[in-house]
Amino acid sequence: MADQISTANAWPANSTSADLIPASRKRLGWTLLIAATIALLALIIVQILYKTEVDTIGFYTWRPVIYGYVLWGVALGAWQVLTRGEDGQRALFLLPALLFTIAMVIFPTLFGFYIALTDWNLSSFSGRKFNGLDNFWQMLADPYYRNALFNMVLYVLAVLVEYVIAFGLALLLNAQIRARKFFRVVFLLPLMLSPVAVSWMIGKSLMEYRFGPAATLARALGWDNPAFFSDPIIARISIMVLDAWTFIPFMMIMLLAGLQAMSREVIEAARVDGATAWQTFWQVTFPLMLPVSVTAVILRIIFKLKLADIIITVTSGGPGGATDSVSSFIYREYRDRSNVGYGTMLAMVYLIMIVVFITWLLKIASRFVRNVN
Amino acid sequence: MSVQTTDYTVSEIRSPAAFVASRVFIYGALVFWAFVCLFPIYWTITTSFKSAVDVTQGHLIPFVDFTPDWKGWRSLGLSPDSIFQTSTVRDEFLKRFMNSVITSVGASGLAIIIGSLAAYGLTRYRYHFAWFKNEDISFFFLSQLILPPVVLALPFLVLYREVALLDTRIGLVLLYTLMVLPIVIWIMRDQFNSIPVELEEAALVDGLSIWGAFFRIVMPIALPGMVAAFILAMVLCWNEYFFAALLTSTDAKTIPVMVASQTGSQGINWWSMAALATAAIAPLAIIGIALERYLIMGMTAGSVK
Repeated sequence: MADQISTANAWPANSTSADLIPASRKRLGWTLLIAATIALLALIIVQILYKTEVDTIGFYTWRPVIYGYVLWGVALGAWQVLTRGEDGQRALFLLPALLFTIAMVIFPTLFGFYIALTDWNLSSFSGRKFNGLDNFWQMLADPYYRNALFNMVLYVLAVLVEYVIAFGLALLLNAQIRARKFFRVVFLLPLMLSPVAVSWMIGKSLMEYRFGPAATLARALGWDNPAFFSDPIIARISIMVLDAWTFIPFMMIMLLAGLQAMSREVIEAARVDGATAWQTFWQVTFPLMLPVSVTAVILRIIFKLKLADIIITVTSGGPGGATDSVSSFIYREYRDRSNVGYGTMLAMVYLIMIVVFITWLLKIASRFVRNVN
Repeated sequence: MSVQTTDYTVSEIRSPAAFVASRVFIYGALVFWAFVCLFPIYWTITTSFKSAVDVTQGHLIPFVDFTPDWKGWRSLGLSPDSIFQTSTVRDEFLKRFMNSVITSVGASGLAIIIGSLAAYGLTRYRYHFAWFKNEDISFFFLSQLILPPVVLALPFLVLYREVALLDTRIGLVLLYTLMVLPIVIWIMRDQFNSIPVELEEAALVDGLSIWGAFFRIVMPIALPGMVAAFILAMVLCWNEYFFAALLTSTDAKTIPVMVASQTGSQGINWWSMAALATAAIAPLAIIGIALERYLIMGMTAGSVK
């Protein structure tokens, strides 16, 4: 996705104004930056010393360090403008987001890799203990984690079914119909609803074993014992259905946009050549829709890999961990044992798997799209 | 080809019978899926007016099957007869509701501000930060999208405890901003790419500064895109459960956490749960229906080239 960036209309940042900036202004900028950096580092060192009980001056929490970081960011921006003039002003567009993301992602992730190597129970007083790769070996032997990973494979595969349904709905909405806007709004509605509310509305009430309408309907259709969440396989399917219900509109809208952007002439031409509707779809519409489809499916898979809230609220992993996704498993692992170290190790391993998987997927997808078109 | 017209949907039809059949199929499918989408919502709203007997007997249609009653809403303190009385449940609900509003609006707003600036910079200028070029920076931002919340959740739990941001709305706002930032940048980059550079060049010639051109010329044009990104970010933040469940306990709890905790603790109190679920989904459902155009615009940004 990221390689789609277009730099066609980017301006070259080759302005010459940097030479026109007086030396005194540059000196001011540098002084400011150096002062801010020293102040921030000093604050961090004092705080570390205070926390390790080497000295007694310091703050009770680390929060002043955040303020320090923000002020340092401001100084960094000022330094850019003072020393680089117009180029600095341009850099100012990017700096806030960059500093924010670095602070919020890079640092916690690195910290997370450290936590993953510790035995750290938040509810016990003993604090953290470095235990190397123990968590990793424990993870390899954990059947529940393996099961959760296996479930993720199943849940991701369910995206293909969602894709077929979403494509069908997009085709329906793209046909010449009355009240198109009404149907579009209605079809979009599930996406706006909170998954937690949905899991109550559908999972816990509609699919209620005794008198939920879905169970009643299932009984009427001849299924004697419509327990949606007690058999492992049926429970997984129920979770997939719930998740699909909320997220099908997402893919549907993207596919619909793709269909509407497609030129009518191509389909027209296929018809004139005597192709049936079936042939037109498979030989014209579907190949033309492939890039959009791939984007939609990959985005959907990315969202699917985060699946947690529905499982936590409907089955909390049950029966016997059968429906657990990785996220919900780690959540329960923390809630039940408040072991941060082990949970983080699981999460980090999951992150590495996801990154590898998505990279591979993007590569395959771009090759696939290129081959077909 | 018996029917020769230029209308493409008519030309695909080969006989009147097939025409009728295809119409029946299309509308049948549309109505069926509309039912699938709407029935759970209908069920929830009606259940909030039902008494226990009506729930267990599976009554569906108000006034015909059962007599609606404000039962569910009374338990929330939101029914007409209880709205002016003091109600602890209502206070609790309103507090959670405000938490949700503040966190989702705050996070979406913050994400729009820093995200739009970054997206604008990335579409208009070429950056070199050390060995990072525009493509790398864009990729860095967008790659945050694949980061699952669970990876950050536990480190943040520990870090937030250290910086006293646990169970605060600010803490949630920061995390939600991070969560929606890639999406905002994705949408806004698409927006800014569609605005011709000549507009700003003219503005610069007329003596505006870079930032002046951005605020006076580009921003007004890109406003629909910003609204779209804002709405989409709102939806995601409002519905977020995972971080809220882990990082809040009493003060900053949001609506989804409240809904989830009700199902666990006191068994299933059907009518009040239904009322609560309705109240939790209503704001977004209304926003979504009213601003559906922007929502679609946001979701389709960049997907169709």
